[in-house]
Amino acid sequence: MSVKERDPLTGHQTTGHEWNGITELNTRVPRAIWFFIIVTHVWALFYWVLMPAWPTVNTYTKGLLGVDQRQQVEARVAAADAKRSSWSDPITSLTLDEVRSDPTLMAHVQRTAPALFGDNCAACHGAQAQGGPGYPSLVDQAWLWGADDETVLETLRVGINAPHPESRFSQMMAFGRDGLLDREQIRIAADYVQSLSRPAEEINADRLAAGATLFEENCASCHGEDGTGSQDLGAPDLTDEHWIYGGDEKSIFNTIFHGRQGWMPAWEQRLSETERRILTIYLGQLKETHHDD
Amino acid sequence: MLQRLTIAERQLALAISIAVILAGLLMAAAGSGDPMGPHGAIVMFAGAIVFLAVLRVIQDPEPLEDRAENYYDDPTRVGLLISLGWAVIGMGMGVWVAAQLAWPDLRFDAAWSSFGRIRPVHTSGVIFGFGGNALIATSFHVMQRTSRARLAGHVAPWFVLLGFNLFCVIAASGYLMGVTQSKEYAEPEWYADLWLVVVWVIYFVLYIRTLARRNEPHIYVANWYYLAFILVVAVLHIVNNLAVPASFAGAKSYSAFAGVQDAMTQWWYGHNAVAFFLTAGFLGMLYYFLPKRAERPIYSYRLSILSFWGITFFYIWAGSHHLHYTALPQWVQTLGMTFSVMLLVPSWASAGNALMTLNGAWHKVRDDATLRFMMVAAVFYGLSTFEGSFMAVRAVNSLSHYTDWTVGHVHAGAMGWVALITFGSIYAVVPTLWQRETMYSWKLVEWHFWLALAGTVIYVFAMWNSGITQGLMWRTYTESGTLTYSFTDTLVAMHPYYVARAAGGALFLAGAILAAINVYLTIRNVPQKRTEGDYPTPSEATEPAVPVAE
Repeated sequence: MSVKERDPLTGHQTTGHEWNGITELNTRVPRAIWFFIIVTHVWALFYWVLMPAWPTVNTYTKGLLGVDQRQQVEARVAAADAKRSSWSDPITSLTLDEVRSDPTLMAHVQRTAPALFGDNCAACHGAQAQGGPGYPSLVDQAWLWGADDETVLETLRVGINAPHPESRFSQMMAFGRDGLLDREQIRIAADYVQSLSRPAEEINADRLAAGATLFEENCASCHGEDGTGSQDLGAPDLTDEHWIYGGDEKSIFNTIFHGRQGWMPAWEQRLSETERRILTIYLGQLKETHHDD
Repeated sequence: MLQRLTIAERQLALAISIAVILAGLLMAAAGSGDPMGPHGAIVMFAGAIVFLAVLRVIQDPEPLEDRAENYYDDPTRVGLLISLGWAVIGMGMGVWVAAQLAWPDLRFDAAWSSFGRIRPVHTSGVIFGFGGNALIATSFHVMQRTSRARLAGHVAPWFVLLGFNLFCVIAASGYLMGVTQSKEYAEPEWYADLWLVVVWVIYFVLYIRTLARRNEPHIYVANWYYLAFILVVAVLHIVNNLAVPASFAGAKSYSAFAGVQDAMTQWWYGHNAVAFFLTAGFLGMLYYFLPKRAERPIYSYRLSILSFWGITFFYIWAGSHHLHYTALPQWVQTLGMTFSVMLLVPSWASAGNALMTLNGAWHKVRDDATLRFMMVAAVFYGLSTFEGSFMAVRAVNSLSHYTDWTVGHVHAGAMGWVALITFGSIYAVVPTLWQRETMYSWKLVEWHFWLALAGTVIYVFAMWNSGITQGLMWRTYTESGTLTYSFTDTLVAMHPYYVARAAGGALFLAGAILAAINVYLTIRNVPQKRTEGDYPTPSEATEPAVPVAE
């Protein structure tokens, strides 16, 4: 079909080719297309002149505006830091109690803390700091290493069982796995441990006495004679209602059999001192609010 | 079907299948204890299936068919069916990953079902499995019709089709075992990549040889696009996958590039995978099936030339817009951004050319869901290319980058453009290919159209909302100059949109299932009728090389 036909609908000629029934019109490129090609190209040209754009042999064209993304971001970060320093400096230099008594500073703490906690702590300790299996609650009264300002600040700084050189260290041995106790002994010890927080439950007196002996020989060095634990060693209180890994018989058995070693990152490199102080104040508030409920 | 091969061709196929089995054996032996081992078993299994299929007909007599009288459509038919199969698998995985984002427990605590492993099964499943097979199949169909020539070779098209699917299966099964190069859309490891190079070079040679024997003096636009797709994807694939295997006995390699060069190479690849796999190839489909279905001449040959060269030239530069505000030097970002904006006009010229072609056929768009698929695809092509150029502007990108907006943009293109043009083309080509009067049910096509459109719109709107909300929350500061929202806060805000996205995806999947059922019923139940003139014929006349101006 070499004859160029005229399409009756548009009045345009075809190119004269045909491919399995398909033909093409030889319509001119609409003016709008040329217009927008010119607009976009001229815009690009301007952009190239003004901004870093084309590589040369050893460097690149810097652009008339002298813009550099690195300098820009550094300047903006510095400006934001400077703006925050009006309140972040006092939070770092004053004592936490002094901060607590200053309503202006506390307003900054209130605004900043929730996102800080959400981004750094909530993944393990829960959105409401309520903890979960394997992760301690931060709103109860049972604190492994102590809940006073200095201790919490230090725990945040160095972490627990973290690679930080000054990290807090605490490990419960795997009594079953490492063959220190057999399964029956572990069951007896577990019953005894459970009885510490639930004295009302009926357990055979002989079994209880055997459990007490096992406890004294294996557990008391960390958890104390009476099982109330030690904040110096990070050993939990076994007589209260709070359990990190579960207080039912099976969980206690597993804990004694396999041992436990919780892990919390050291935040010294990741969070500034101001941020760790804000979090410490915030945790104290969370605990109080929760206690009031 | 295989009886149509000559005995010599059958012997060649048998020899290739034996070579594949041996290669699989080698992989299984060398890679035992590594994911390469199971991959070796898969390769052996694939080789064995072909071996047995060919062995069954090896003693049959030579075919009587006069090959000059017919096109060779067997690989096209098989390719389209495989493509529909991958559509259901790939989109099904998509619905699952979307549901996992809304309800994380749907992982069911297995390693293979974790998000990071099944997401690439979804992306590779739809892009390579569904899209790739549809491209290969339709390219075989279109190049024969527009060249008025039979495929140059009978073993080669099978090698390309089945070899490509072996690559897809190795890719998908590898992801589930944790095998990945960690490069988006280029996850498969070194041996799968090498295999794809072999397959792709043969595809290219087959295409060129078929074009060389054409009975038409001119090469139709669709073939320009298919050829650009095949050629550039080969270049992209080879360069981005340059890597050194850690061991020849294992599925682990190290990229030849490091640091920001690696990132730049990856996104040069990634963006041009969008350009040449998901755009150029499907424009080839559009340029053939849309005018054919509408029975209208292409609006403007000149516009076709302008947009083809515009798209192929500008796209190659645009990849660095994926790395705005990163360690990538700013001048590279500038080039990526400006070329992305300049790319908009040729892209819209393509979409416009398609839509203007429909002038005089809009009543058909109204009545015929198949043509409507193609029309809406062209509209979504225009929308997503505009959105893409817009998002490539650094200031916009500072909000959209790393958010669901990107995901929404990709899906506007992948669902609205790529999948709709593919389904439209499938509905157009199936009756011709199987020599049927018509599709089994036009009602089902109509249902599919509305399900797909609704699914796409729900998906894209959900992700726009989610992405912009997310981006704004990330950059909201309190009066103190500290972040207002934690990352978890943004997840809570996004949850309703994630539910909506999963629902939109489910509608889209339902449409794809209807397509598969409809095609099956067409092949089984619709009476035979051969399309007129569907055989190679010599060109009727010589034509002037340069069209005369109006």
